[in-house]
Amino acid sequence: MAEPTTFNPVIIGFLCNWCSYRAADLAGTARTHYAPTMRPIRVMCTARVEPEFVLKALRSGADGVLIAGCHPGECHYVEGNIKALRRFLLLKRMLTQFGIEPQRVQLVWAAASEGHQLAAAVDRMTEELRALGPLHWQQTVLRAKADIPLIKLEVGG
Amino acid sequence: MSNDQNQIPPPHASPDEERVGVYVCHCGSNIARTIAVEDVALWAEQQEHVVVARDYKFMCSSLGQELIEQDIQAKGLSRIVVAACSPHMHERTFRGACQRAGLNPYLFEMANIRELTSWATDDREAATSKAKAQVKGAIERAVLQEPLEPLFVDINPNTLVVGGGIAGLTAALELADSGYHVYLVDRDSSIGGQMAKLDKTFPTLDCAACILTPKMVDAANHPNITLMTWSEVMAVDGFVGNFSVQVRHKPRYVIEDLCTGCGTCIEKCPSRVLDQHFEVGLGYHKAIDRNFPQAVPKYPVIDTTHCTYFQRGKCRACQVVCPTNAIDFTQKETFEQLEVGNIILATGYEQFDARRVPQYGYGRLANVFTSMEFERMVNAAGPTSGQVVLRDGVTAPQSVGIIHCVGSRDKNYNEYCSRACCMAALKFAHLVHERVPDAEVYNFYIDIRAAGKHYEEFYHRVLEEGTHFIRGRVAEVTDAARGPGEEGSLIIQAEDTLIGKQRRIPVDMVILMVGMEARHDARNVASTFGLGCDFEGWFTERHAKLDPVVTMTEGILIAGACQGPKAIPESVAQGSAAAARVAGLIGRRTIKLEPVRASIEAAACSGCRICNNVCPYHAIVFHEEIKISEVITALCQGCGACVAACPSAAITGAHFTREQVLSQIDGLLWDMQPGVLVLA
Repeated sequence: MAEPTTFNPVIIGFLCNWCSYRAADLAGTARTHYAPTMRPIRVMCTARVEPEFVLKALRSGADGVLIAGCHPGECHYVEGNIKALRRFLLLKRMLTQFGIEPQRVQLVWAAASEGHQLAAAVDRMTEELRALGPLHWQQTVLRAKADIPLIKLEVGG
Repeated sequence: MSNDQNQIPPPHASPDEERVGVYVCHCGSNIARTIAVEDVALWAEQQEHVVVARDYKFMCSSLGQELIEQDIQAKGLSRIVVAACSPHMHERTFRGACQRAGLNPYLFEMANIRELTSWATDDREAATSKAKAQVKGAIERAVLQEPLEPLFVDINPNTLVVGGGIAGLTAALELADSGYHVYLVDRDSSIGGQMAKLDKTFPTLDCAACILTPKMVDAANHPNITLMTWSEVMAVDGFVGNFSVQVRHKPRYVIEDLCTGCGTCIEKCPSRVLDQHFEVGLGYHKAIDRNFPQAVPKYPVIDTTHCTYFQRGKCRACQVVCPTNAIDFTQKETFEQLEVGNIILATGYEQFDARRVPQYGYGRLANVFTSMEFERMVNAAGPTSGQVVLRDGVTAPQSVGIIHCVGSRDKNYNEYCSRACCMAALKFAHLVHERVPDAEVYNFYIDIRAAGKHYEEFYHRVLEEGTHFIRGRVAEVTDAARGPGEEGSLIIQAEDTLIGKQRRIPVDMVILMVGMEARHDARNVASTFGLGCDFEGWFTERHAKLDPVVTMTEGILIAGACQGPKAIPESVAQGSAAAARVAGLIGRRTIKLEPVRASIEAAACSGCRICNNVCPYHAIVFHEEIKISEVITALCQGCGACVAACPSAAITGAHFTREQVLSQIDGLLWDMQPGVLVLA
């Protein structure tokens, strides 16, 4: 399988209505250009993002999933982002066991005023996914061996 | 949705039968420049479910909206997808168009191809392909949407105002004057808040008490205001229009119905204590006392930690001298339940603790004062009767150094600007000149922030009075003299950034302009009332610019410095604004709530109660007898945390159902190779 150098990954982006979606709106309004790789889904809160949504996106052909919410302490639903973080850490551990690289599923915080940061997060993730290449769910996940070591996770974002 | 309000059956039984109309907006050239909109519309028309797809110059224009309305009626469309700008911009517009054409507004989906796509890239091919994916996602989601009806709840016309400072007082009076009943709760023994401690107010130099105390008295005498001082809100239940609030009345040990406020007890009380609270350690109060002579209400409170009777079991001087037998040492705390429709929080701020900046010597060097200490000192009713004196109580300072931004605009403490201190510092400079005419006054500042009506003019006035302004952050205040001119003085060492030199200025008195901080218990208060706080503890408004007094929790409003540092005029403006918002709501009698809420399917609920704790609004109750949880719809704010948490998938989040989101993912990835095997 030839690794294409101009591979354009597809990212499913879950953006919370109050901070990150508005950050994405702001990035656009400010004409901050970033990779057109992120296909957005608006959710009211990152706490709404079920692990199943992430798995569904990955097995339906996405090369990565970005979840973007308010900064801790600034959630419009008090602490939905913390709930999202907890689920994210567990999910990531599971994905690692599947053989999915940790860079493929990312959780970032972007306040409504941080359009630039959100755009930068998409760009950064796009580059990381370019380096990794396509996910190839069938080959990567379904052939994953049970001997993949547990990777120690750091609180990401 | 298990919505009990007139359930409208969906027009078609299965998603396959839905008739979708897709409208792609050019937005002039905003979208069309980067995205091949005609191409997207043509492509969309080929997609499953789509009956008609059009592109149009300005979909949000009245002609664009009419296009949708006509198609709904002429072509029997059951779902509408508009690919245009952000839903935060025009979702409401297009929902309105659907509604006018007889289509439930929640059967509409927006694809944001402007902010998220055409404005974010120059790559026409990639943008067009992304836009198609967004449109496909919107179509797939739309066909699974369900009609939703807004919830209507009645509004109890009574309002709770928490905090009797100038913001809360203003809100309470405005509402009471509009004819609505207000419960004004303050945990202090008197209303008035921080403003009651001030002497003069900038820039007009009005006496604070002269403008505040009449309002305090008005509030106490107003037939529509129930004043509850020395009281705290313990718990809040319910939802907008129907809050149930538990208030704790702390014991005053003075029977309010009998007390005439004559003050004899205060006079005769033998226990004199340093007043750390109102007089910030500069003055004294008695063990039975009120904050200040004009306190409202006038009833004193016994400070049990210093009362001889409470400490040693004897004395009772106050009881003996009270002409109306109003002293009751056996009083206990009482609890009261209030029913209100709206709550305005005006809980104010706290002073930054100057001890946290050790290099400025507060608490170590006697003649370093905080701004509030100085404020009390210059107050004619304060501990020094308005005399500007050193800590010895008699010597007038010959030179005063005023240090700005103590605890503010400083990465070590608070990064933000506390907004009011520059003007207060200018006021202090003026007052020193007024009280001690020969004294030299030095202001050490970073920037003078005099943004406000007549503020800059006041700055110029102080400049003309001969105050010295030194631009630079003070490194240190010390009493270690280096030369003969410095002995016996406090030396302020600072870099004067305008001349690029270190300077040492010996002064007799230093005033630290301490910043404002959120109340130490702001987070607890926020969790009691179910609203958000930012990092610093300031309450979070719904929108910083457009909705500054409303919070994310319907029916809970904020006013004044609990939302962020503020001076009096802004606090008053917010108090009035909050009152106007509440009065507007009450006037409507009922409130329409967004139907984007969660509901639990009883048959699928295992009674595990995981959702009960996940909900930040305590909106989920557990019915012990049938072991099933239920969402109180009006309390739910629609975040969906419980929906994702439910292990039995028994909770549905209206408008963001599992099926809708999964289907949108499919649509967004329509052009990708799908995985063959499904991971169960």
